Amino acid sequence: MPIVFDAAGLTVEAPDGPRVILEPTTVELVERRIGVIGANGSGKSTLARMINGLVTPSTGQVVVDGYDVTRQGREVRRRVGFCFTDPAAQLVMPTCVEDVELSLRRTVKDARQRRQRALDVLTRHGLAEHADVSVHALSGGQKQLLALAGVLAVEPAVLVADEPTTLLDLANTRRVADLLFGLDQQVVLVTHDLDLARRCDRVLVVADAAVRYDGPADAAVDHYLQSVTA
Amino acid sequence: MSNPLLVGVYQPGTSLLHRLPVGAKLGGLGVLSLTIVAVRDARAAVVFLAVAVALALVGRIGLRMLARTTRSVLLIAVIAGAVQWWVSGPAKAVETLLDLVSLALAAIAVSATTPVNAILDSLVRWISPLRRIGVDPDRVAMTIGLAVQALPGTVALALETRDAARARGLGRHPRAYLTPFVIRVVARAHETGDALAARGVGDD
Repeated sequence: MPIVFDAAGLTVEAPDGPRVILEPTTVELVERRIGVIGANGSGKSTLARMINGLVTPSTGQVVVDGYDVTRQGREVRRRVGFCFTDPAAQLVMPTCVEDVELSLRRTVKDARQRRQRALDVLTRHGLAEHADVSVHALSGGQKQLLALAGVLAVEPAVLVADEPTTLLDLANTRRVADLLFGLDQQVVLVTHDLDLARRCDRVLVVADAAVRYDGPADAAVDHYLQSVTA
Repeated sequence: MSNPLLVGVYQPGTSLLHRLPVGAKLGGLGVLSLTIVAVRDARAAVVFLAVAVALALVGRIGLRMLARTTRSVLLIAVIAGAVQWWVSGPAKAVETLLDLVSLALAAIAVSATTPVNAILDSLVRWISPLRRIGVDPDRVAMTIGLAVQALPGTVALALETRDAARARGLGRHPRAYLTPFVIRVVARAHETGDALAARGVGDD
């Protein structure tokens, strides 16, 4: 599904004058696995959030599958799932199965069917035995898997993941990464894990509020490494 | 994230309280609570406490759970009782103390025997007639679910912030943890809002 940034940028008014969060950016993302790397505060998250309308550009536009993210946000969010860094913030219902049910509310109206679908989703992600457990009782890795399960339950065409493994240990990072790279969906992965970035088809390097490099994964990661060490 | 307050308050079981319909339990809790608050008498307070303890026993709520959940209420009840003793005398103090403990016990008896989900489902059913005047029952239920779910998260944030203040040797200044705590709670609310928007909640 093509994700098109057409001179999309974001400038906000700060007390000391306008501040550029993301310079007008023009890219067309069609590859299946797209990585976004760069320093903290460089504008990576803003770029990622523009894809599903969580952040709307102040200039230019972002178009996903022909839908303008600003004006047709609802259509876009049906196609684009979003996974956050901190699963604690995105798990919003008391128990695991209820959290997945929340995602399914829009598509499955019958309560009993919805519960069954939610249980199927949990089973698929190896969380079936935790269905009625409080989301707070899960480990960090399980929480992130549950968050992903909730997002994937509605079968979006694109998954945007904003540093999904930053808070996880090595084993859980691998589990989440294997899940992401095994998906049929197009994935936009914002990450600090350069090993993960190298597994992508195309990587954008963001620095100082702009895309500074855009190309094959290995070349992009090497560019980023050099920019840090230079 | 371990949490002393609310995680796992619900305990699956087959006691009479577990089997009662949600409406009966919530209605009963409401009536009992109002009676406890309305009847101003120290002797009646003892009876109410006995009723609340009986409820906890019928619900087969473990002693450890009772101790864990009543501890913080007990602290507040003792302080309130002490203030009442000073202001209005011993009878009023005993009444305040016992009433607060009874209210907490009765609430725990219901929470420990009723899954949150069952309460929300009933709520949606009860307020469905209001759909005609523009109330969205699912949204009301979700708001309450969010509030329930936010409590343990907020307590965890409070503990984390307090530890951070302590680690920097600032433990004695309320400002050193209250300010960052409030900021973090607001930030968490924004994140949760983003997460809801990202999942399309409110789009329809």
